[in-house]
This record gives sequence, C-alpha cells and structure tokens, in this order.
Amino acid sequence: MANTYRVLDKVRLQDEEEFVDILEDKRHCNDLRFAFRTFSPPPYKGAPACSSAELNQAVLESQYLRYVIKEVALETESSVEEVRDKVCKIMWEMSQNLQLRFIRLMAFTFRKVFKRLFSAIYVNMEGLQALQQATQEFPVILMPNHRSYIDFLVVSYILFNYDIPVPVIAAGIPLAGMKIVGEILRRSGAFFIRRAIGSDKLYWAVLSEYVRTIVRTGFAPLEFFVEGLRSRTLKSLPPKLGMMNMILEPFFKGEVYDITLLPISISYDRVLEESLLAHELLGVPKPRESTAGLLKASKVLQENYGCMHVNFGRPLSVRQLCEGKINRCQYNLIPRDLPQKPNAEAQACGSWLAHMIVRLQEEGALTSPWSLMACILLQVPTTVLTEEGLLFHQLTEQTLWLRQLALDFRAHLSWPEKVPDSDVMSSTVALHRSVVYRKAGRVYLTRNDELERKHSIVPEDDMMRTAAAFLMLASYRNQCLHVFVRPALLALAMSIRKSTRKDELLTCFCFLQEVFSNEFVFIPGKSSQDFDEACSLLHECKAVHVSQWEVTDSDTGLEVLSFLQELLKPFIESYQLMFRFLCEERDCVFREKDFLSGVRTLATKLIVSGELHTYEALSSDMQKNVLSSLRRLGAIIKIEISENNEYKVNKSAVRRTGDMLAGRIPPQIVQAAPDPRL
Amino acid sequence: MKWNGWGYSDSRFLFNKKGQAEFTGKRYRLSGMIIPGLKDWMEGTFGANLQHKTQPVLNTSAVQPPMLNEAFVEELKSTGIPFSHEADDRVFRAHGHCLHEIFALRDGKIGRVPDMVVWPNCHNDVVKIVELACKHNVCLIPYGGGTSVSSALECPPEETRSIVSLDTSQMNRILWIDEKNLTAHVESGIVGQDLERLLNESGYCTGHEPDSMEFSSLGGWVATRASGMKKNIYGNIEDLVVHIKMVTPRGVIEKSCQGPRMSTGPDIHHFILGSEGLLTAIIKILYLRDHEKYSESLIDMQKLYHGLSSIFTSFLDGLKKFYITKFKGFDPNRLCVATLLFEGAREKVLQHEKQVYDIAAKFGGLAAGEDNGQRGYMLTFVIAYLRDLGMDYYVIGESFETSVPWDRVLDICRNVKARIIRECKDKGVQFPPLSTCRVTQTYDAGACVYFYFAFNYRGLSDPVHVYEQVEHAAREEILANGGSLSHHHGGTTS
Repeated sequence: MANTYRVLDKVRLQDEEEFVDILEDKRHCNDLRFAFRTFSPPPYKGAPACSSAELNQAVLESQYLRYVIKEVALETESSVEEVRDKVCKIMWEMSQNLQLRFIRLMAFTFRKVFKRLFSAIYVNMEGLQALQQATQEFPVILMPNHRSYIDFLVVSYILFNYDIPVPVIAAGIPLAGMKIVGEILRRSGAFFIRRAIGSDKLYWAVLSEYVRTIVRTGFAPLEFFVEGLRSRTLKSLPPKLGMMNMILEPFFKGEVYDITLLPISISYDRVLEESLLAHELLGVPKPRESTAGLLKASKVLQENYGCMHVNFGRPLSVRQLCEGKINRCQYNLIPRDLPQKPNAEAQACGSWLAHMIVRLQEEGALTSPWSLMACILLQVPTTVLTEEGLLFHQLTEQTLWLRQLALDFRAHLSWPEKVPDSDVMSSTVALHRSVVYRKAGRVYLTRNDELERKHSIVPEDDMMRTAAAFLMLASYRNQCLHVFVRPALLALAMSIRKSTRKDELLTCFCFLQEVFSNEFVFIPGKSSQDFDEACSLLHECKAVHVSQWEVTDSDTGLEVLSFLQELLKPFIESYQLMFRFLCEERDCVFREKDFLSGVRTLATKLIVSGELHTYEALSSDMQKNVLSSLRRLGAIIKIEISENNEYKVNKSAVRRTGDMLAGRIPPQIVQAAPDPRL
Repeated sequence: MKWNGWGYSDSRFLFNKKGQAEFTGKRYRLSGMIIPGLKDWMEGTFGANLQHKTQPVLNTSAVQPPMLNEAFVEELKSTGIPFSHEADDRVFRAHGHCLHEIFALRDGKIGRVPDMVVWPNCHNDVVKIVELACKHNVCLIPYGGGTSVSSALECPPEETRSIVSLDTSQMNRILWIDEKNLTAHVESGIVGQDLERLLNESGYCTGHEPDSMEFSSLGGWVATRASGMKKNIYGNIEDLVVHIKMVTPRGVIEKSCQGPRMSTGPDIHHFILGSEGLLTAIIKILYLRDHEKYSESLIDMQKLYHGLSSIFTSFLDGLKKFYITKFKGFDPNRLCVATLLFEGAREKVLQHEKQVYDIAAKFGGLAAGEDNGQRGYMLTFVIAYLRDLGMDYYVIGESFETSVPWDRVLDICRNVKARIIRECKDKGVQFPPLSTCRVTQTYDAGACVYFYFAFNYRGLSDPVHVYEQVEHAAREEILANGGSLSHHHGGTTS
C-alpha cells in the first residue's frame, strides 16, 4: 500500500535536499489547536504593512487609473463618474480580502482533508528557509505549476504552517462564482481574474494597477500560475506573459529595488481530477465550478492519493537576471503613472523569465515511480493491456531500467528509499487502481464505468472507456516528459534525418521544437543549448558518440534511442493524422468545431480498424495544439475572430510540414532569428 | 589652509586624549566643542577603531622638477605679473577634493603637477597671460578656490607641454555696486565668504551659499553651474549672473549690455556656465537683494532616515533630548531632521514658518528650535572636515548628488542606498558601509538629492578603486531611476 511511504519520515533528493512530511509532525496534534496557533511571520522591511481596504483605495485613487478613466470616458462618450463606477465594480469583483481568520479556517479544513487524502505532503525545508528570508527583503512572487485545484491553497497552507506571510493568489473568475466557497477563497487571499479579457482596456488597466500595487507595496507575496491554466494533460504549458509583464514593471520603473521570483514545483503521485481531466480531453464538457459540484465531488475524498511533493525553488533576483537585458532609462521620459506598453526589449525579457520559470518548475518536479511506469505501459501494444495482460515482473524490470535512465538524465525521483523495489511497484499499482489492476502476476487496464452507466454499450463507447484510461496514462507519462524531451527530440531527429551531421540534426531538432512548441516548453532562442544538452545527456548514458561535427549512435545505445523515439511516437502519429485530415478535406476553409469533431471521428475509425496505435489523437488538447502549431508555421490562417473560429488552410504547406516530419524532405527552420540578447 | 585635506589648517576633528571627539580651532560655532556621539557613531556605523589610525605621509621631494617654457617665462617676466615654480605652490594647485586626489596626497603620491603658477591681478593681466600661452604653446589651468570635485584641476599625466596654473586669488575685488539696478561688478577670484561679507557691509547679499562658500570662488561657481543652500529664495548661479566677461584664446567674449534677459539666439552665457573652466577666467555682475531679518529653525519629521542625524541628537541637551526621545518617542538613530532656513522680511518669514510648521505637524514632526537650526546649517560646512577625520581611521567616503523628479525621489533614495550596500558587499568591503542621503535643494518639478557614502577600508588592497567601482554602480543606478548625473558638482569633462 501507499502506506509504505509513510514509514519514512524523510525522502532525500539526489542533491541532498531534505524533504519533511508536514502531515507527519503535526498528525498527532489537535487540528483546532493547529489552526489557532500563533502566526507571526517576520515583517516585510520594504514598506509599512497595509490592509486590503487600503490597498483597494490606493488602486482606485492611483493617477494611472484616473488617467485611464478619463481616456475611456472620452472614447465611450460617457461621464467620468460612470466609468469610475465600472472600475469600482471591477475592483469589487476582483479584489481579495485576505484575513487571518479565514486562513485559520482554511488551515483547519485543509488539515482535515489533507490527512484523509494524502499519505504525506513532503516539503523541502531549505527552500522554505530561503523563502522566509526572502519575504523580508523584497516583494516575492510565488510561481507554482498548476496541475490540480489543490494547488490553490496548498502553498498558503504550508506558509501558514511555517510562519511565512501568506500570499494573495491570482485565480480564475469561475471560482469566485461558487457560493460561499468563492468568498472563503477571497478571504483566504484569492483575487479573481476574468478569462479572455481581450481588448477591454478598462479591465486591463484595473488589473494591472492592482497587481502592480501589490508588488509595489509588498502587501503580501503574490502567487500566480505562470502557465495561466490548470494543465489538463499534466504537462507544462507555455507561459502566459501578461501577468509576468505587470509584475516586472515596478522593478523596471525603479519603484522597488528588486523582485524575488520563486518557482515552486508541486508533484502529485495521483491527481484528484485524473478521470475528470481525461473525459474533458475526450470532449465531455467540464462541469462548471460550483459549490454543489464540489460537494458531489466529495466522493473523491474517500480515495487515497498517495504523496504530494512541494518543492520550493531557490529565490531568483529579477535585478540580477535582467542585468544587461533591459535599459531602465527608457522609463525616465514618461511620467511613471501613465500607461506605457512594455517595449520589445521588456517583453522579450518577460517572456524569457517566464519560460525560464517553467523550466525551473520542471527541474524541481519530482518524478514518481508511476510516471515512469506510465511511459512503459504506453509503449506496450494496446491489446496486451486490454486483453492478455502485461507480465508484472516484466513491467518491474523495464521500470527499473527507466529509473536508471531518468537518473542519468538528472531527474529528481520520488522513489522511496530503503523500500524493496517490488514493494514500491506493487504499492504504486495499488494506488492507481483507477487506471491499472494486477491479477495473477499480470497487469491490465482498468476501464472506467462512468460512461457505461449513461449510454448503452456500443463498440465506440467501449473504445471511449479504453481511451479514457489511455489518456490518463498519457497524462501521467507527461509528468516526466520534461526529463526525456530533449534527448528524445534528438533521437527523433536522428531517425527522421537518417544523418549523422550535427548541423543537419540541429536544423531538424529546431524544426521539431518549433512544430511541438505547444506540447513542450522551451526557452525561446536557446535551441542550440537545448541541442547541446541533448547531445551531452545521450553521450553520458553512452547512447551516442558525439564529435565536433557528428552525432552517431553507438551499439549499446539502441535500447535508449528506440525507447525515446517510441516515447514521442504518439505525438508524431497524432500530428500526421491531423495533417492528413486537413489535406483530405474538400474545403479550404473550416471551423474549429468541425475540425475537432472530424478528427475525432477519423481517429476513432482508424483506432478501431487498427491503423492508428495511439489514443492521444482523440485529445482535444492535442488537436488544439496542432492548430496553433500550424498557425505559427503559417500553414493555416485564422480568418475570423468570433465564436466560430474559422481557419483557411494552405494544403501544400500542411503537406510539406507532414513530409518534413516524416523525413521525406529535409526540414527547414521557419522561425525568425532569435534575439541575440536572450 | 591644509594641503592634503579640507579647509583651514587649525580646524579639524580629532579624538583628544580622553578619546572624545573634538573640533579644533576658533572659526566655527562648533570649534572647541566636544562632540559626545561622534566616537560611538564612527565605531557603530563603520566598525572604525580608534586604535587603527593611518598616518598621512609628507613627501614634497617626490614632486617632479618643473618643465618650463623659457620663452613664455621671459615674456611673462616683462609683464610684471607675479609667478612661482616652488614645489609647494605647484602641489597645492594640482588637485581638487575628489577622494582619489586626497587619498593619493595622504599616501604621499604626487603625480603630474603644474610647472608654474601665475597670479594675475586684473582682467587685462588675464588677457595678456592667455595671449602669451597661445603664442608659446603653453597649457593653462584656471584655479580659483581649489574645491573642485570633478577632477578638473588634475594635470593630464601625458601632457608634454608646460602646464601653468592661473590662480585668480588676487582678483578678489568688488569693482562697483549699482544701487539702482541692484547689481555689482565683481572679479572672478573672490571667495564666497569674502564676497558675502563685503556686500553685507553695504547692506546687500547675493544669497549664494554653497557648502564650500568659505573657499570656493565666484569664477568657480560660474564654471560649474553652482547651486547653494538658499537657492529657493535667491536662485542658482545662472539666475544670479547678469553679465560675464570671459577671456578665451580667440579673444574676449561678453554681451553688449546688462539687460536682464535677451532673445537674440542661444544665450552665450549658457556656453560659459558649466563649462568646467575649460575656457578661462570670468568676471561678472550679480543681483543684490535686501538683506533684512534672518531667522532659522529646525524640524524633525518622521522617523525615517538615520545616519548623520544621530550626531545631531548628540548636541541636544539633557531635557530636550529627553523630550524628543522619550516623550515624543523619536529614536535618535532613526529620526529625520530637516534644517530649514527662513530669510527675508519679517512678515514673510513668519508666514513661511507657519506654513512649514503646519505641514510638519500634520506628519508628526516638531520644531526643534533656532539653536539647533543654526547648528544644523553650520554642520553642512564642517561635513567636509569629517571626511578627513574618517581618513585618519581607515574610513573613506564622498558625497555625490543628483536631481530627480519628485515622484522618483523616494524610489531613487531607496534603490541607490540599497545598491551601494549590495555593491560594497560584492566588492569585498569587510564592514557595513554608511549609505545615506538627504534632500538639499527643491524645485517645483523635482529635488536635488545628496548621497553620502563611506566605508571602512581595512582589509582592502585598493580602497580607492573599490570606492570608484561602487560609486560608478551607484551612479548607474541613479541614471536608471531617472536621476541626472549631477545637480551642481559637475562632471568630469576631460
């Protein structure tokens, strides 16, 4: 059982970082007493403390907002008072109302819930100590990855636990709509941001002034998810830059001496929303966030979700990172309170920082045994898992092999020490009985019965059940994809290009990065570093020989290379399928909705007929990524921005991209030259 | 006058046999007084130790022999203008008061110095000297009070021509006072305090009082675009100057009238003001103002900045100290002192005082009385002496200033101070530095901020270099935060 983890007080990372189970040391203490503990974080030295009401007041009265209000009033031909009322409404909808009482309430309920859900919540103490230090010096921006609703308040919970000021948190507006819960979140420090703000100038102005004021006054640490959304696929998402730019501005304008960025990696053994996510990807609409829904979801409370690791990264100084990248004098010639769009230099800097944070989140993430297992399971033929079953000892053997490879690639593992490997394997399989189960020494795919209840059994439904399980597996594989992605792209480039020349491989590598840039996050303009990293990792595990001009595969490297190629195969196959779909369509203009359903039908047909081996083509996430990718490559053009997104397709360009991906023609880099400063 | 430090030879800070700080001499209100808090402040702020004292080295024999242009000297003799090539005369005029200049002198290091010093007595003497210099290819460096902090007096070491220091100290007369137009015609070499004293005798003043006014000259003020502490009432030097007569290698430049303003293309004065003496000597006329009643007072505001203010509180006598620190709850190490000088007609002064005190009261400040105000005002004149005391105990420091729009003042103060502390740490300074600032001049659109930066350099092999690196970083920070490179000290133009 997962309980074996609990035997250990501490899990050690490779670099000797010490993790402590915060549930363990408090498990015996009374929940109430815990909630009412004295909370005395060291104060922020930069500015005197202020209340939420004072913060709102400062925002409303800012010269910046007064200016924008006048502008908007002039543009919309309404009175200043009307616009001001609108601003007040936006503020009322947006603003947090952080109160210690509610933090205590939150801490109390969370302790109850967490103790039930998780075997352990591991936190690295060194990271917390560094954070506590940092919160006294400069405004701190907490930047966790976002995989589960739990992420929301877990950071606040931990900080409360260790006498560190609790943060205000940027949250999506749907959460505010939940009865009572919305208000509790608000009073626990959440502030709410609308989705799809678009060109609403007034809203942008209020939001950016609100965020900047929080940073400027050091009101509280600011927590936001740089990926913008909860990742449905458990993969990192390309960062959103709007918030990042707002946060950096007070530093660029000299209103604060420095800003501290703190990447946080939250890793789950098992994600609460796993089945919900898979169904969402298959096109079953996500239930609206509602309090009733939350109560219904309380059945998830009866399950065990293993361990959770929260790895606090090292504080990063924006001042140091931006040195030489930004000329702060540019802000001297316009009054600082007037709106000023970040120029290309500032935007590039923000983008670079955001991408780097995502990379650091990935590096800080802990890879679970289950995630490695998922990689193996997805490379087994479908029928083996659904019908004859995979031999358990074979799975064990391959997972252990992969563990070594992951270690070679410098992954952090949450593999429990001092526990026999076979115990780890069996407890992991037991924990994930929603996806696989073990019977008579073999492992089979569990097929969820949720859809079955709603519909009569037809072959498509049977396939959907299998698909849901496979997409869950794929999501867990995605958790560790960042460990392998660079070497895997190189391995893929080698197989596509059939070349050993480094320059040709680099071109192909860059092409793959470009095509898959919505799937995997890379720091812009750093392709050749990524390539070098891939070369050296593969070289170190003796999979390839690297010389000055050439990369050649070694005799011992076949197993590694083919594993890596197989790892990315679902992506290649799915992309090719969708390219094919677009080229075979009669019309050159299509609606996004039709594309999604058309691809789903085609993929279903091909899976049933055995032509397509991956279920991931069914994932709406991947389908949308293909569209973004083709748009970036210029192969399709968005022609109408409305509710029905319409695209015009350039079939020969799509075909050419497909040919390049298949190795039929040498790839070309379509990307513009990267900014040399970055 | 000291040759390797600030000011009069008889006036200096020192620690007497009892280990108490004392200011010697009789010239200042502070002279002969014991300053009880200074020792603790030195030790507390810098980690300075009275046991560790540096000894300035005197070594005039290190001065290179003069490189004379014989033809120039011959012709100069025929004009009767006095000159000298004695070593001490030359060394004295080879430097201003930049940290690196004084540090090198104390260390006994003397670089390239002028080969000769000439003392013109009037405008025509200057014309003759400049003519001769052009004719014989000799360099001229004008010298007024020697208080430059922009390295403008430094002789370029690679200069192969003969360098002549043109000392304007003999041109120190007020030629006439025009009572109808309230202007005066003054020679450029006059030193600030003499000018003010002489004008006061006739019932007038200029109101131009830079910190260095005891030693700096009128010509220097014009050459550096100087600014004084009373500028809010009287204006900066550019507001005071009506007319300038300037000798250049290509003839004399002056306006044809004394009208207060003219619109005939760019103002020629703007090429001269702030030219850092690269042109040459200057003669000019100043506005005068009625000089009536004069009162001073002082206010402590919010507990914000510390540093020099603790010296201030050490002056406070027992009861007052008790009142401020205990009753009013000010922490002597964290209180902000504003020295305000009110000057002008009585009603105006009273009106101003009331306005200012009302504002202060709104923010929890209180008036600390005229005595303290006078001391505070005087303190600005003796700050420069403090640097010499510091140097006796391994502490080096300097001030630099900037002008900045109002909305950036607080940010620039915080950021620059933080940057200084950070850079010192990075550059290996063993002790926490003094990094503080004050607002010295105000304008409608901004303010002038002075930064004071000093550190204990024990354990550093090249303290001046470290100092310069940190100052450079601090100036970079100033520019990034929207400040100017300088408000009135001037920049190194060479």
